[in-house]
Amino acid sequence: MKRLAIALLLVTGLSTLALSTVDAPAQERVRLTGSGASFPFPLYSAWFKSFSGKQATISVDYQAKGSGAGIQDFINKTVDFAASDAAMTDEEIAKVPGGVQLVPLTGGEIALAYNVAGVKGLKLPRDVYSGIFLGKITKWSDPKIKAANPGLTLPDQDITVVRRADSSGTTFVFTTHLAAISEEWKKGPGVGTTVKWPASDKFVASPKNDGVAATLRQTPGSIGYVEYAFGKFSKMEMALLQNKSGQFVAPGGKGGEEALASVKLPADLRGWLPDPEGAQAYPIATYTWLLLYKKNSDPKKAAALRELVDYCLTEGQKMSAQMGYIPLPESVSATVRKAAASVQ
Amino acid sequence: MSIVLEGARSPDSVATDPSSWDVLADRLFRGLAKAAAALILLLLAFILWQIGRRAWPGILEYGVGFLTSTTWDVGRGHFGILPAIWGTIYSSFLALLIGGFFGVVMAIFLTQDFLPPRLAVVFRTTVELLAAIPSVVYGLWGIFFVVPAIRPTANWLYEHFGGIPIFGSTLSGPGLLPAALVLAIMILPTVAAVSQDALRQVPYRVKEAAYGMGTTRWEAILRVMLPTAATGIFGALVLGFGRALGETMALAMLIGNSNQLSLSLFSPANTLAALLALNFPEAGPREVQVLMYAALVLLAITLLVNIAGGMIMNFATRSIRK
Repeated sequence: MKRLAIALLLVTGLSTLALSTVDAPAQERVRLTGSGASFPFPLYSAWFKSFSGKQATISVDYQAKGSGAGIQDFINKTVDFAASDAAMTDEEIAKVPGGVQLVPLTGGEIALAYNVAGVKGLKLPRDVYSGIFLGKITKWSDPKIKAANPGLTLPDQDITVVRRADSSGTTFVFTTHLAAISEEWKKGPGVGTTVKWPASDKFVASPKNDGVAATLRQTPGSIGYVEYAFGKFSKMEMALLQNKSGQFVAPGGKGGEEALASVKLPADLRGWLPDPEGAQAYPIATYTWLLLYKKNSDPKKAAALRELVDYCLTEGQKMSAQMGYIPLPESVSATVRKAAASVQ
Repeated sequence: MSIVLEGARSPDSVATDPSSWDVLADRLFRGLAKAAAALILLLLAFILWQIGRRAWPGILEYGVGFLTSTTWDVGRGHFGILPAIWGTIYSSFLALLIGGFFGVVMAIFLTQDFLPPRLAVVFRTTVELLAAIPSVVYGLWGIFFVVPAIRPTANWLYEHFGGIPIFGSTLSGPGLLPAALVLAIMILPTVAAVSQDALRQVPYRVKEAAYGMGTTRWEAILRVMLPTAATGIFGALVLGFGRALGETMALAMLIGNSNQLSLSLFSPANTLAALLALNFPEAGPREVQVLMYAALVLLAITLLVNIAGGMIMNFATRSIRK
């Protein structure tokens, strides 16, 4: 009996000792939490996971709530950083005392995915794809589509347009581009995370990228806009779009990088590319930003954030292309690295 | 006989007056029950106040026009929910028509001795399992199965009977009919389970009496059992309708979310619940006000349906008792 008691004591004593040695380094861990854009979420989660894995002392949690919600969290100071596809407006920036550092970390393309039996490598001129989304071009056999695709046999089928039902940064980027190339779009539906789409039986909406993708797959004769990364992984047919200089460019190639490079970033790093120049630039592309406080309450967190940005700009960029995002052009990443130093 | 039983208390009876502990326990339990009931009312009032407070600026700004306008344009600040109200009621009504019919028929089938009891239990559990499937799964199933399955029939109907308003457009993908069909399956377990309870509560003697009077089986079911259980069955239908009004995710995936007023079963439409769920995450402060207003409208519709249901139910029981 006595022996048992001693043994028990020994075991408990040893285990507490063992536990306390394991616990010690964990106490110094810096935890960064962020929320915001869902558009770059697959890339961010890969980055943050590998960053947290390599850094014993820093862990990063990111919640893809949507750009709008991320900005709200950022203004309310419930997060350490946020992410947004629409950067921040001056009005929103004014609500953050101490200032905001916007950090573009990657870019993305919006692809037009379609489901027409037997049609591959569809080319869509500018007036045609804006016409389709305005509800003016309603048949796949429309002479304008035929003229741009002499080699393809296009069916005499109604075009069903699939759009995002939820408000999203993807819609914002897409409508910004349409407004830049079509006066009628600018006056009609306009620009926004949700807009008033043409009223037609042939316009349907689905929630999130997955919903749009599923609806596209199940609806013969449909076309819709999705993030390129999403279209790539769900293996959909994506159209070649005509850019400003008249070339037809497929998403996912060098076209995205050329689009990003075509815009000179201003001092606040809010660069918009509604209709990028450049012979081989893909026409619908955007930067997406990390939002950081210039003045952080905890210097350890500020240091961790700078380290995170640095990692994303170096190691992180190698993952971008593979995951369907656009790596930052060399000139841009140098500017961004300099800017990130202002996070204190 | 009855005179002996009534009030008879022999000196050696086991019955005693309630002890003070019994009285206390009774009071305590009664108080607890009352508090729980009051809490439900308070909770509802709190929810209403919370939503109402946030919706108030929107109500002041848009007023009744909000209920009758058909545009939803965030960029220009035009908000109207008539198509969503219409879509909510239309889709729920269709679902009730289909799901209600099958639910009640199923309840009759499972309670009126058509099946050996053991088999009936298997069927009952299977129907109840339908209630355990998540809404998103129903939505995906709708997109991948229901839509392709009904498309040929829908387009045939449009080609041959396109003149009739309910067949007035082609079904391209998501739309009112697939949404209503999936919704019907979703409310089926509710309707079937509550109707079964109602039918089972009718004493067996009633049915035996009907048989004794020489009715056939179907006469006994349709003329005696159903009217006697009518109140409960009606309650089941109201519950089902309520569930259909509030259903969100499956509808958001299937209805097409298009702000249109159309009688056609194949057109895309919109519902209030879907509108709320899809627009909240990225809504700006101004949009939140109108979304709260829309939430109030949805609450009001559900409340009205329940009150109307209760009134019809009362009326029905009274006419049966006569």
